[in-house]
Amino acid sequence: MCLAIPGKLIEIREENGLKMGTVDINGALTKACLEYVPEIAVGQYTIVHAGFALKIIDEEEAAESLKLWDELIKNGAFDVDGELPPSQIGGLEK
Amino acid sequence: MKFIDEYRDPARARALLGRIRQVARHDWTIMEICGGQTHSILRNGIDQLLPPNVRLVHGPGCPVCVTPLETIDRALCIAAMPETIFTSFGDMLRVPGSGKDLFMARSEGADVRIVFSPLEALQIARDNPEKEVVFLAVGFETTAPANAMAVHQAAREGLGNFSELVSQVMVPPAMRAILSSPDNRVRGFLAAGHVCAVMGYEEYEPVAEEFGVPVVPTGFEPVDLLDGILKTVELLETGKSGVVNAYGRVVSREGNPQARKVMQEVFEVADRPWRGIGVIPQSGLVLREAYARFDAEKRFDVGHIAPQESPLCKSGEVLQGHLKPSDCPAFGRECTPQNPLGATMVSSEGACAAYFRYHRNSV
Ligand code: SF4
Repeated sequence: MCLAIPGKLIEIREENGLKMGTVDINGALTKACLEYVPEIAVGQYTIVHAGFALKIIDEEEAAESLKLWDELIKNGAFDVDGELPPSQIGGLEK
Repeated sequence: MKFIDEYRDPARARALLGRIRQVARHDWTIMEICGGQTHSILRNGIDQLLPPNVRLVHGPGCPVCVTPLETIDRALCIAAMPETIFTSFGDMLRVPGSGKDLFMARSEGADVRIVFSPLEALQIARDNPEKEVVFLAVGFETTAPANAMAVHQAAREGLGNFSELVSQVMVPPAMRAILSSPDNRVRGFLAAGHVCAVMGYEEYEPVAEEFGVPVVPTGFEPVDLLDGILKTVELLETGKSGVVNAYGRVVSREGNPQARKVMQEVFEVADRPWRGIGVIPQSGLVLREAYARFDAEKRFDVGHIAPQESPLCKSGEVLQGHLKPSDCPAFGRECTPQNPLGATMVSSEGACAAYFRYHRNSV
């Protein structure tokens, strides 16, 4: 029940006074209420849950964090044995 | 598929895993709140890939699991009434009440229908003006905006034959209950990304500060989960608490203001029992007085039904991270998905069902 899935908005319409749309989720066309994402445009990606689009996916943010990871990986930052400064460790240990 | 494949990339997952192994110097127990994340963790074997000093325990974030027995019994009572169409998300139909489940009620002649959205239940009400149409409105903050909109819309259209049996629960009070328990082992949380899509993460900041724990809103794909775990471990190893967002493409600090507004208009906060755990103060949502006519509990006078839970099942301890499903004496013996004793086995998002399905007989 709680799986909200990303999909691409392909159509906007009105039904019973509500802003509705069709979202393409991996090829499956799903009806979604768009009342909570009023600014959404066709072609944008959104998270759909229980028949409602809950959030427009921030494509810029997504691209940026992927770039950041990939740079860290490429530069080998994740391979070196990263020591943490001992003075900062253990604040939450019991 | 965009926004999925990038987050299932083995090279990225390997790098994040390597980084977690480097950073984790001490023993840490981290709880993922959401049942959807529990499943993704087990399906992808993340629990087995992590270094042994980073342990994941599974939280209460499965609405099917924590919906109290009394709600199921009330649902069964309403469904059996004549001239009534009872609607629900599919995964609630197999949840056992104290006698039977909604599937059995349907085979006995009750009109029980599966819907994917409460708006479908609303449409059934429009199409069947001579019948009472009831929707079983369970869920966390992810589902609350949908359930709130259905009632809001019914009021706008003046639909007199629609009502909701509401059992809405909220994450932050459950986190407080877990952290306040004397047996608590949890040192950090992966917050459920889709709950945070709605609510944002500002409400986790006081929890993080008060209990000195890191709280990391996290997505559902393996790379998302590993990134969330890495951020949590980094905070723990440097003695820091606070909220660090690992799901920036979906989660902002303030969440979805439109959804929060309609939720607040329709619902108010109240005490709520959680199956297996008991009453958690101010942890639920109920319909406000202005929408009381859409409250199925009042319309059908079922509020007095309050059955007792079987004492055998340990799902309450499982839901709070005190016990691994495989440590329950009944796990895989008396209790299986075919013959579930408790809600954490019946729901596909429940931790016991996940352990059974992915063969974590002893971890
Ligand atoms: S294995 Fe079955 S009996 Fe044991 S806690 Fe899980 S649901 Fe309850």
